[in-house]
Amino acid sequence: MKSESTLKNTISGSLSQREASVFNWAPQKQDQFVFASMRVLSSFVILILVALMVMLIKTAWPVLVDQGTNFFTQSIWNPVDEEFSALPLIYGTMITTFIAVIIAAPISIMVALFVNEVLTPKLAKLVGLFVEMIAAVPSIVFGLWGIFYLGPFIKNTLAPFLKEHFGYLPLFQGPSFGIGVLTASLILSVMITPTITSICREVFKTVPAMRKEGALGLGATKFEMMLLTIVRPSFSGIVGAIVLGTGRALGETMAVAMVIGNQPQIKASLFAPAATMASIIANEYAEADSEMHIAALCGVGLVLFVLTLIVNLVARSIVWNYNRSSK
Amino acid sequence: MKNILAVVLLGLGFNAFGMTKINGAGATFPYPIYSKWFSEYKSKNAEIEINYQSIGSGGGIRQVLKQTVDFGATDAPMNAKDKSEAPYKISHIPTVLGAVVPVINVKAVNGLKLDGETLAQIFMGKITKWNHPTLLKLNPKAKLPNEDILVVRRADGSGTTSVFADYLSTVSKDWESTVGRGKSLQWPVGIGSKGNEGVTATVKQTEGAIGYVELSYAITNKLSMVAMKNKAGQFVSPTVESISKAAEGANDPTAEYTASIVDSSAKGAFPIAAFTYLLLPEKNDDMNNKEIRKFIKWALTDGQKFAKDLYYSPLPKKVAKQVLEKLK
Amino acid sequence: MREWHLKYRKLKNIVFHMALVFAACAVIIPLFMVIQYVMIKGFNSLNWDFFTQIPKPVGEVGGGMKHAIIGTFIIVGLAGSFAIPLGIICGAYLSEYGRGKIAALLRLSTDVLTGIPSIVIGIFAYLLVVVPLKQFSTLAGALALSIIILPVVIRSTEEILKLVPRHIREAGLALGLPRWKMIFFIVIKGSRSGLITGVILAISRAAGETAPLLFTSFGNMYYSTSLTNPIASLPVQIYTYAISPFDDWQRQAWAGALVLIILVLGLNLISRLIMNRQQLGFGRRK
Repeated sequence: MKSESTLKNTISGSLSQREASVFNWAPQKQDQFVFASMRVLSSFVILILVALMVMLIKTAWPVLVDQGTNFFTQSIWNPVDEEFSALPLIYGTMITTFIAVIIAAPISIMVALFVNEVLTPKLAKLVGLFVEMIAAVPSIVFGLWGIFYLGPFIKNTLAPFLKEHFGYLPLFQGPSFGIGVLTASLILSVMITPTITSICREVFKTVPAMRKEGALGLGATKFEMMLLTIVRPSFSGIVGAIVLGTGRALGETMAVAMVIGNQPQIKASLFAPAATMASIIANEYAEADSEMHIAALCGVGLVLFVLTLIVNLVARSIVWNYNRSSK
Repeated sequence: MKNILAVVLLGLGFNAFGMTKINGAGATFPYPIYSKWFSEYKSKNAEIEINYQSIGSGGGIRQVLKQTVDFGATDAPMNAKDKSEAPYKISHIPTVLGAVVPVINVKAVNGLKLDGETLAQIFMGKITKWNHPTLLKLNPKAKLPNEDILVVRRADGSGTTSVFADYLSTVSKDWESTVGRGKSLQWPVGIGSKGNEGVTATVKQTEGAIGYVELSYAITNKLSMVAMKNKAGQFVSPTVESISKAAEGANDPTAEYTASIVDSSAKGAFPIAAFTYLLLPEKNDDMNNKEIRKFIKWALTDGQKFAKDLYYSPLPKKVAKQVLEKLK
Repeated sequence: MREWHLKYRKLKNIVFHMALVFAACAVIIPLFMVIQYVMIKGFNSLNWDFFTQIPKPVGEVGGGMKHAIIGTFIIVGLAGSFAIPLGIICGAYLSEYGRGKIAALLRLSTDVLTGIPSIVIGIFAYLLVVVPLKQFSTLAGALALSIIILPVVIRSTEEILKLVPRHIREAGLALGLPRWKMIFFIVIKGSRSGLITGVILAISRAAGETAPLLFTSFGNMYYSTSLTNPIASLPVQIYTYAISPFDDWQRQAWAGALVLIILVLGLNLISRLIMNRQQLGFGRRK
């Protein structure tokens, strides 16, 4: 990490030193110099990523050695005895993300279709802009809304309703206090819907108008037209949008930390509190007691990093394939 | 354009000269009184600015050990392991006394009475309803509803938790063997909130909740407090006086007063009381450190008069004197 | 039979349309509610003190977030001054040279960096700056945010420079300019408005981030402009106040949320306006 800063210093130092003379060089030499500098700066960005991974692994190493495979198999998070496992947190992240995507994905696709195909162009632009603006709202604002509006709403209205009609499912048993997995999942679904919707809209826009008109001309209803000429051919694009939404939900921190209840446990009930990987880091990192606790939190960060890495690479390859096939 | 930006940034960076900035972090337990102190102190000494972030005692200890702050604050004394990691000797300076108060949010129930064992059972999730027979027996007159109990506890490393767990471990064998003592625990039930602030807010907003917070938070937020049965067998409500009583017997020649004072046997003493400490690195060459010492002198003399208004108990005169002696 | 089939298809069509309308309502109404709720709460809580005062001691009514608003500007400004030049240069490298191992690695790293949860970046900045300097600081927060801004700027720069038509580059080279002058003074300069759009979008994203600041720039009760001391920021201050029990602090959290939204969405809208008006400098390539 020191070498990085010295590296940067030498680069900027040599730049300013030679600046006066650079203009006197032969154009070819100038080009070579600028090209080399750009390469070095680009390598610096790559280095940031490498440093990030190295430091995460290095800091997390003690816990991986100390806990071994227990770090991924036990349902325990015990700072007193310094026994840590990421499993309950992985579970928390997975379940909230899963529910959020299940809710958000179909709705987002339908909204994208609605905005693109049903609304008049002017209205579509307006609604589209609104949805994109929501995607930019900081997560802390959603968290605030979650604590003061969504939490009480779930406690007073939604949870009693679910208990009454679906109470036989273990998912909807136990007391609900408005803070827990369900609240966190719903807030996540509200947050990722705009993301998925806007990407889907972009994907749907690439369908040539001629194909749509052709389908209608052959006597297809509008529904059939949308299904056959828009949704089916865009399938991989849609998947890419959903995966990107998933990535956002996995890493979402503040809004979740404010409403999930921060209890690292695995419970069947959606009303029960839980903790996600991101939320536990936010809550415990600055105030962890022991080195092992810090290592465990970095370990969790590492798992989260790897998970989002996989998701993003999958999304990248899907979108890439999609772009290639659509060209 | 970029040059202008650089100049502006430099200017911003340097205009802080002439101002001594001291950074501290730690316990949320004494935050109300500390923030009052720092603001009063600044109005008297305009060039000293003490920034205190209430992140929890665990954080206070850790950040002092990592030397990311000039001083720390905690209500849970550092343990042997913490001390072994310290780059300097770090002394505990008791500043005020406070109480950890169980607080509840149950409609039409005020002045609930509990004993230590029952409290432990609730926080272990063994008593889950407000109208549990044990609770009814302790409170024959209260109208306890047939509702679920929501346990609210700290999500961060907390001295308040440490004091609370220390008390529960002292009075309940069951708690001691299954949960134990510590600033962060493996909680059997409940939801975690951040800081005394967070627990207070969650209890205040959630019907059916029980939590534990510092007295000052409980009173200023008008939460319903629980009277606890003390060692002498009395049910005592938490007040400034009943906390002071708990410290009466305390005596420590090193002037650190890190021994636990929970479950005091004194008559009229509230059983979950504790000293809260500033953590002061013993660095004599450091400017900020000198300023902190000056501040402590003020806090232990003139500053003590603010304690009662914020529902903390001032240090016993004898203790304050002893600590000041030691600082010289 | 045929008629029945047609009816069935028409029915499906109608049901589907109803589903679309329903879905749109299910999304737009709650989203609208969030905004409306924050707006109403925020406007009712906002007052002049909010912009001119720093916090009062715990539990006392009054005070404001002047220190946090300025803190946010400083952190974001600093982060931008790290990330924007670097991002534009790297983006230009990708679009103008763009081949070979380093370019491929850079593209991959940019994608990976975009996807890293901001809290993980916070850990990185803590380990990289806070631990060695032994101090929570503005610098650490700015570093964290700059890593968030960087990949967005690189990506948008690459995309925008690629829109510059080939003949413009060729014209530059034909004038006998060295390639680098052509890149910096024709391609980049000519795409200014497009680049600004990307930069503003990146900055608006960073300005609302809370998680990476929690343990880097930390917090401060006072107005501070020092780069090596903890500093308050709007999102962290909102978080602290939002989870507190004090009514007046909760009120200020709402006011803060409103200011933050106006700031972030305002930047967002500005960048869109620039994009619409200028059509990316050289005009979109068809």
